[in-house]
Amino acid sequence: MPVPASHIMTFSLLLFSIGMIGVLTRRNAIIILMSIELMMNAANINFIAFSRQLNDVVGQVFSVFTIAVAAGEVAIGLAVVLALFRNRDTVYVDEVHIMKG
Amino acid sequence: MTSLLWLIPLLPFLGFVLNGLLGARVLSRRAVGIVACSAVGLSFLLSLGAVASLARLESVAAAAPGSLAVDVEAHRVTQTLYTWMAMGKSPSGADLRVNWAYALDPLSAVMVLVVTGVGFLIHVYSTGYMEQEPREAYARFFAYLNLFMAMMLTLVLGASLAVVFVGWEGVGLCSYLLIGFYHDRMFDETTKMSCADAGRKAFIVNRVGDIGFMLGMLLLFSAAGTLDIQGIVGQAGRLGVEVCTAAGLLLFLGACGKSAQIPLYVWLPDAMAGPTPVSALIHAATMVTAGVYVVCRMAPVYLQAPAALTTVAVVGGVTALFAATIGLCQNDIKKVLAYSTVSQLGYMMLAAGCGAFTAGVFHLMTHAFFKALLFLGAGSVIHAMSGEQDIRKMGGLDRHIPWTHGTFVVAGLAIAGIPPFAGFFSKDEILWRAFQVSPILWLIGAAGAFLTAFYMTRLYILVFRGKERFGQETRHHLHESPRSMIVPLAILAVLSLVGGWIGWPESMGPFPNLLERFLAPVFEAHGAAASSMAATLPRSWLLEFGMMMLSILVAGLGIFFGCVFYEWRPEIPVSMAENSRRLYGAILNKYYVDEFYGRVVLAPYYALCRAAAWFDQWIVDGVVNAAGYLTLGTSYTSVGFDTYIVDGLVNLAGYTVRGTSWVFRTLQTGIVQSYATAMVLGIFILVSVYLFSMSR
Repeated sequence: MPVPASHIMTFSLLLFSIGMIGVLTRRNAIIILMSIELMMNAANINFIAFSRQLNDVVGQVFSVFTIAVAAGEVAIGLAVVLALFRNRDTVYVDEVHIMKG
Repeated sequence: MTSLLWLIPLLPFLGFVLNGLLGARVLSRRAVGIVACSAVGLSFLLSLGAVASLARLESVAAAAPGSLAVDVEAHRVTQTLYTWMAMGKSPSGADLRVNWAYALDPLSAVMVLVVTGVGFLIHVYSTGYMEQEPREAYARFFAYLNLFMAMMLTLVLGASLAVVFVGWEGVGLCSYLLIGFYHDRMFDETTKMSCADAGRKAFIVNRVGDIGFMLGMLLLFSAAGTLDIQGIVGQAGRLGVEVCTAAGLLLFLGACGKSAQIPLYVWLPDAMAGPTPVSALIHAATMVTAGVYVVCRMAPVYLQAPAALTTVAVVGGVTALFAATIGLCQNDIKKVLAYSTVSQLGYMMLAAGCGAFTAGVFHLMTHAFFKALLFLGAGSVIHAMSGEQDIRKMGGLDRHIPWTHGTFVVAGLAIAGIPPFAGFFSKDEILWRAFQVSPILWLIGAAGAFLTAFYMTRLYILVFRGKERFGQETRHHLHESPRSMIVPLAILAVLSLVGGWIGWPESMGPFPNLLERFLAPVFEAHGAAASSMAATLPRSWLLEFGMMMLSILVAGLGIFFGCVFYEWRPEIPVSMAENSRRLYGAILNKYYVDEFYGRVVLAPYYALCRAAAWFDQWIVDGVVNAAGYLTLGTSYTSVGFDTYIVDGLVNLAGYTVRGTSWVFRTLQTGIVQSYATAMVLGIFILVSVYLFSMSR
């Protein structure tokens, strides 16, 4: 029997929540990036789940696009972190608050 | 030599500059004396040369350079140096300008020779007299004396009234400086007058006269359109009686100040505060005759104004008598001579007022000789007596200082009017001319002559004869003066003897009256009726001879009474003073004229000054201060408004913005995660609200 969509959505909800909590609580920029990947993949899983439920392949195509975009995003994110580290000798985001008012 | 006219005043001026700048520090005492004497001596030689060439003016005229204007007729050479003031054109189209020009004619020739000649002798004398002074004072003295010579020569050579006025003020300044030479010493203990006060008095009294001179000068300028003396004199006839009278009286006011006539004579006796050579040079021989000179210089103007001329004669005559009476009772050797000078100047004015300008100039010249000699002799006496000036503390000096004594006798005889000494000729000439104008004037003059002979005899006897009335200390220091002082005395004594012969009365033959002929081009060129006034009486030989005998008699009587009073019967003056205490007191105190001036002129003046000072302090200053305080008060208000209201509003705006922005600013933590938290929360709330509203 196929896994019901609600289970998958619950799983993706948990995955998203874990990612979100990671983004909000961790100080290390790399871990934050990883958490963002988690959240993105939670969204992908949702796409897949609805694609199967609705018998529409567009959802799967969408997630393939998303994965490609995420790869580019990670490349940019890592480049930002690298530049940050070079300039400020840290990857902890709470130590980078030059925009404080 | 006439083209070197400009050098005559310039040389002493250079001496002044040299001694004034370097004398106190660089030059030695000897060098200062040499510079001063040689400057004046050279001036004298130049003057001699210039005057000599007056005699052969035709040749001078032929070779005259452009700056030199020669008037052969009037025996006058005018040297125009440059245009001093160019004032455009007058309404009538005449060129208004004042030139710096010097003119030499017989009148100024006499003056120049007297000034430089006597001045030179007095300079030489001063080198001996001032020897005890410190070096700085020595140099200062000669610098002032040279400056005086320069100014006096400017005065007598000036071809324009403006140039004359420069000299006039200049000699006044030098007189002030030299009277106050010992500015830190007391002059008169009884009245608490310092020498500086005496100088100030001379200056201020002269200033009263100077105003007259200036007004007269300006009046003539506006009437004649020129200040050039020849220009004014040449058109004296066109000016009208009124202008001539007014101008004559105003100029005479100036002459009264300078020549110490009533009512402005008071400064001259106090001018004795200066060193004695100064008294001889400035206050006897030269400067004080400037007034007489100006009156003679403007003779044609005066001849147009009989009223002014009469005033001059009366003032002169009264001064001559009045000052002589004061001279009777003075006890300071220099003050006796000072009042004598005032009196003799009165004679000169009397002569000028009678139209006998030649006689006035003649007396001016002889007086310069014998009065300079008297003062220098007095200086020698003071020198010998270690500074004592009171004749009551002298006596019996003839044995100790024979040279001074001998020359003093010559001068005394000259001033008393004993022939053949110089004073006789000039004074007799004046009395004779006065007699022709009015017997009353003659009587005044003769009375003055009697008193002159009397007080000179008194002075002579008290100083040189009788018992020695000084202490052992003074007697010990008693000495004849050095040769530098004796030689000028001797030369002046010779001049006092022979100086009068150049004015030998024409009617008395066998000599011609050289002076009258010499001066004729000046006083008779304009048809000046110097002789027309005399024409009222026939010029009789017998009468003139009789008058001459009479004046000898008067002088002789004066000397006789002087001898009786002070040599033979010394108790007479004492008892006379006892018997008429009031009169004696009045004369002794100079008729209280100074006190009178003090009450009538000075006291109201001081009161006015005090009132003005009070007005200044309380009203004028009060208004100013009130304005100040008012401004200050307004400023404080304005500052308060600015600080608390204007600035307050501006600051309030600032604080408001800052306070508001603080709230928003603190939201911007700069930490991305806090933003993200906020975003998540926001989405959660929005979604919650959505779901909540959907479920209803």
